[in-house]
Amino acid sequence: MAEVVDMKTGHDAAIRARAWDAAACVPDPEIPMVTVADLGILRSVETDADGRILARVTPTYSGCPATQLIEQMVLEALQQAGFEDARVESVLSPAWTTDWISDEGKEKLRQFGIAPPEKTSNSKRALFGETIVNCPRCGSSETERVSEFGSTPCKALHRCTACKEPFDYFKCL
Amino acid sequence: MAKDNTLFTYLLRLADDHLILSQRLGEWTGRAPTLEEDLALTNIALDLIGQARSLYSYAGAVEGQGRDEDQLAFTRPERDYLNALIVEQPNGDFAHTIVRQFFIAAFMVPFWREMEKSDDEQLAAIAAKASKEVAYHLRHTAEWVVRLGDGTEESHQRMVEALEGLIIYTGELFENDAIAKAAIAGGYGVDTEALRDEWRQTVVQVLGEATLELPNAGYMQKGGRDGVHTEHLGHILSELQYMQRAYPGLTW
Repeated sequence: MAEVVDMKTGHDAAIRARAWDAAACVPDPEIPMVTVADLGILRSVETDADGRILARVTPTYSGCPATQLIEQMVLEALQQAGFEDARVESVLSPAWTTDWISDEGKEKLRQFGIAPPEKTSNSKRALFGETIVNCPRCGSSETERVSEFGSTPCKALHRCTACKEPFDYFKCL
Repeated sequence: MAKDNTLFTYLLRLADDHLILSQRLGEWTGRAPTLEEDLALTNIALDLIGQARSLYSYAGAVEGQGRDEDQLAFTRPERDYLNALIVEQPNGDFAHTIVRQFFIAAFMVPFWREMEKSDDEQLAAIAAKASKEVAYHLRHTAEWVVRLGDGTEESHQRMVEALEGLIIYTGELFENDAIAKAAIAGGYGVDTEALRDEWRQTVVQVLGEATLELPNAGYMQKGGRDGVHTEHLGHILSELQYMQRAYPGLTW
């Protein structure tokens, strides 16, 4: 157990930075090579009126079963860093978008064999629209979608027709 | 009726739509025609249950009687459920499941888009998330409508039967009754009557690709919004509520 942080004596910005660092290291339970900060799930870490640390997280999908686990893990990480009375709050708005995944996070996904999401941009998804997804293994754009829905709500199943490998695509939201 | 009462009822209707439809889709778990479709239907069910949870939690807070999402979802009698009749209709064959989901997704896409403009911040926030999710539901089901409609003679015929069987339950989705009108006047509800043309356009476009036609419904069945259900809801509830009835207050 780390030493308990004395909120009254510490410098506010430094405390917040330390709390952010502690929370930001928490891995995603489903895709542990990326952190909650890489994914943009960790929205903010602040000190509230009473000087307690308040971390805000946002769910990726309304029904993502990892959401509660992530809140718990962030809370534990903060407590272990000495913020014993920290709180974690879930916020829905603004709604999470894959555009919040950091470039580093996208690279980590690719290295793990998951094609990172394309930019959502402003284009509305057409009824029968197809997105070109590059194979995370061989880089070929000769890929096809097997299913819009994959092993978790955030992923779709694709297949590379060049290297013949199936892969997950982290779909745009 | 006080604003809070109306808002509570309005939220409950929406939450019940999502819960019951999710339960229906969940019945396909392990039984869908292909593994990918099994994943897809359960993924859609998961989105719906997530949306239902947000709505029930908010409804419980608005009601202020200390009822949480679980109590609202699992402990009410049948007549207190306010979902539209279409969501409780049986899965039937795969064509029925797809047509039901397609009809609803084509409604939910414009519905949640309009709800994003709600004066109620919490409803607008729930809508912003749901909007992104239902776009996938619509695309996925539209692809199946085309595949089945423009498929074999057998799949085409089954789609025709599903369309004819389910069309009479679509009218209820667009009806603005007293509660809906109060919600619209209150600045937080969506005018669903105004979405009818857009829904029809989407549906007709996809059915056209699928070599299918939207049947004419002379009569529209309704009642769910007032708690008057088809015989199917009771059977859903007997499964859905079993654990809470057998072990009241059970938590995971």
